[in-house]
Amino acid sequence: MVDPKRPGGNGEGPSPDDEADLSARLKRLDARLGEISNGRAVKTESARRSASNMSGLGQALRLSAEFISGIIAGGLLGWLIDRFLGTSPWALIVCLLLGFGAGMLNMLRASGELNRKATSASSSADAARRPEGDEQD
Amino acid sequence: MASPVEQFEITEIVRFGTIGDSPVALTNSGLYMILIVGIIAAGLMMSTRSTALVPNRWQSFSETLYEFVANMLRESTGKEGMRFFPLVFSLFLFVLVANLVGMVPGAFTVTSHIIVTFALAMLVIGTVVIYGFIKHGTHFLGLFVPSGVPGWLLPFITVIEIISFLSRPISLSLRLFANMLAGHIALKVFAGFIVSLIATAGFASILAPLPFLMTIAMVGFEIFVAGLQAYVFTVLTCIYLNDALHPGH
Repeated sequence: MVDPKRPGGNGEGPSPDDEADLSARLKRLDARLGEISNGRAVKTESARRSASNMSGLGQALRLSAEFISGIIAGGLLGWLIDRFLGTSPWALIVCLLLGFGAGMLNMLRASGELNRKATSASSSADAARRPEGDEQD
Repeated sequence: MASPVEQFEITEIVRFGTIGDSPVALTNSGLYMILIVGIIAAGLMMSTRSTALVPNRWQSFSETLYEFVANMLRESTGKEGMRFFPLVFSLFLFVLVANLVGMVPGAFTVTSHIIVTFALAMLVIGTVVIYGFIKHGTHFLGLFVPSGVPGWLLPFITVIEIISFLSRPISLSLRLFANMLAGHIALKVFAGFIVSLIATAGFASILAPLPFLMTIAMVGFEIFVAGLQAYVFTVLTCIYLNDALHPGH
């Protein structure tokens, strides 16, 4: 192998040459390790992406669950308020409408999340790489 | 032909007594939960019994599972989220094994009951709320007040955010429950078509292999869904835990 960063000090003493050689080897090893872990992060990311793209049905079920759960939560909240305050239909009506809004919000949030995950592979690969350094402890 | 929802029936196996009017008993659902925990514990213990630097296939299988969940948690919550790793890993394994055990013909599917999935979801949301208040105090409530909203809209948005937060355990449990329930009912209905087509004993029984092929395809799909839903449940758990760790996004 040819290392590009070796300082061309052939005529000097052996010990600084050794030092330089050692540091160059360390640097190369570091670079290769970085490459490998990078490649691993990208590979897992792409595998996950293809899995999530394959399941359009899963996405549809997820989004509909988000929407319905918003309405159910709103309805439950309104029903409970009605029950305890005795304002019979009004809190239920208002909270159902707000629950509709919450369901919409949930759905938009979830779909935005899905889109972000699908489009920006590079940034999430970076995010995946970030914690790699903390693995020792 | 058996009813397609018969497979979800809860039956008592051993009755221990009653509290008030409600019976205290070991049901088939409880028995399968014990079985699932047993499978997980036995599998992990066996595979990590003799650990080596170069793992054998069982050890590398459980290490892959560990790495998978740990990476998922680290990606969405960062390093400090790793204190929740035991919770997330247990939830993932429980849901995954429960879904897969349900795919064994004749077995009971624990996660096809909404009370089970809702209990799991409430465990997650309870952890988020309690940990959020302990760690951040009232600052945790900042989760419900988004920044950059005009003043007259703020009360509306806050109420909607609160309802949206309340809907999280519902959506978390509903998704898993609905997927498992729908999948198993569809499987049973298609399998029932085979029996009823053959039972006609006329021209129509020639068509019997068609639903059979469909059933085989659906078994594969359901196994895929079992894994996918366990993954989705865990990912959402991580996202919600991230809110407890870093509220006010």
